[in-house]
Amino acid sequence: MDAIGLWIGAFLTLGIISFLYKDNPWYKLSEAIFVGVSAGYWFITLFWDSIYSKFYIGITDKGDYYLIVGAILGFLMLLRLVPKIGWISRWPLSFIVGAISGFYLINYFSSNVMRQVANTVMPLFSTEYGQSLFTAPIGTIVANIIVAGGTFTGLVYFFFSKEHKGAFGVTARIGIWVIMITFGATFGYTVMSRMSLLIGRMDFIFGDWLGLIK
Amino acid sequence: MKKEFLVYLGILVLAIIFYFVITEPVTFSPAVSLIIIALIALILIFIFIRTIQGSFVGRRTVFTFVAISVVLPFFMTIEQAIRTSPEVQALYAAVEELKPGAKVLVSFDYDPPSAPELQPMAETFFNLCLERDLNVIIMGLWPQGPQQAELAMQKILDEPEIAAKNLEYGVDYVNLGFQVGNEFVIQRMGDNIASMFQTDYYGTPYDSLPLVRNVRNLSNIDFSFNLSAGYPGTVEWVQVAVDRYGVNLGAGNTAVQAPQMYPYLRAGQLKGLLGGLNGAAEFEKIAGRIGKGTKFMVSQSFSHVIVIAFIIIGNAAYFLGEKRRKQKAAE
Repeated sequence: MDAIGLWIGAFLTLGIISFLYKDNPWYKLSEAIFVGVSAGYWFITLFWDSIYSKFYIGITDKGDYYLIVGAILGFLMLLRLVPKIGWISRWPLSFIVGAISGFYLINYFSSNVMRQVANTVMPLFSTEYGQSLFTAPIGTIVANIIVAGGTFTGLVYFFFSKEHKGAFGVTARIGIWVIMITFGATFGYTVMSRMSLLIGRMDFIFGDWLGLIK
Repeated sequence: MKKEFLVYLGILVLAIIFYFVITEPVTFSPAVSLIIIALIALILIFIFIRTIQGSFVGRRTVFTFVAISVVLPFFMTIEQAIRTSPEVQALYAAVEELKPGAKVLVSFDYDPPSAPELQPMAETFFNLCLERDLNVIIMGLWPQGPQQAELAMQKILDEPEIAAKNLEYGVDYVNLGFQVGNEFVIQRMGDNIASMFQTDYYGTPYDSLPLVRNVRNLSNIDFSFNLSAGYPGTVEWVQVAVDRYGVNLGAGNTAVQAPQMYPYLRAGQLKGLLGGLNGAAEFEKIAGRIGKGTKFMVSQSFSHVIVIAFIIIGNAAYFLGEKRRKQKAAE
């Protein structure tokens, strides 16, 4: 049974990779199987984990009748499929947008704004406030200057109320360099990630399937 | 269509030959490995020279070279030096500080496509925890996460040093399974974990599991480790578990999202971070356990060299092409 699974996995992997040569029926078949299996998997998972485990069991076993409110909102979302009364689906949608916005506002403001700002406003030449100057290692001082300078120049680049000329223009240009270096680092990581996925698949083909790798 | 059919047939025949004829693993000696590397380097130099002369290579050549650079290192007997970065050292130190019996919550927020990067991290982390007699509580915010955890845990339990400990499910480690609800699950866990996980992965009631019977909420967790490939993942764990409930969190991320996590690391919201396959290899090194992370790093480095080489070749082609176009326009 395992061997059949391996052969199917290998067949589909090679089918997807064959797209690099050109679009072909083997690729299309593999793609269609992938999309179909994924959709089926998600449907079954959400049905059993949400509708059955949470809603049905919640009401029948625990008597959590407030779940009916959620079920009604969920049902109203489906009315989008009926053009005449499709506008009703905006009610649950507005509820979701409002609730999520409220939840995210606090989370993001606390974790991604306040904590990050507090961490950027740090002493440049010492490890903690109150310590004398130049007590931090040279590497930390350089890193602190880069963070502070990079943040400042990056923000200046996005300040469009004043023309980017003179000293202001030079600062903005440094800012765009900082932003580009950041994008470059992110791109490098993305390449690394994609290569890792390819390595994983090749390990499957040559190791698990063909058994050529020690 | 006939040509395509022949190509597919060729691949099938090759696969059958590899599958049935070559039954033993293939290994290149260091000398052969070096010769192959030298040959690839020579071909790249040749391509570069041809590009300067105005003969450009097609994208399929690039794909072939990337495939070669990924596959050949699997068979080579060369090793790559790996240095551990401060963020990996910090994660290791955070786990080392925990006393035997400490409760470690590990959330598996990824699925099989991200396994090449995250599975080696999971295996090493489990090994580290079980070696130090830490109690591991597994959960997942992605449906296939707990299955990945089962695979990693089984592999570690089969290792002789861990097998000798005779660890017991429900007492030393437990898998609570998947729970739908994304970051709201973490939010509820801050107050009551049992309300989100009434049973474990196998359907055993939460209160029947000795390991978690007294674990009421996140304040009873000594350390948490999140393996993340996207949403919901480390960002949500930081925002809810760390910033609201004060959980000590370490993370292992796919390389794509690792750059997003560095601000959290610098701000102390993360105790340590493993970024991509490189992070996995570093973690294996510091934990003294060679796994797939380390093995894959040679392929990773090779493919990066090839990518860099083709970036240089591509830039040469671009600038020379521009120059030629300008010359033609001037004529």
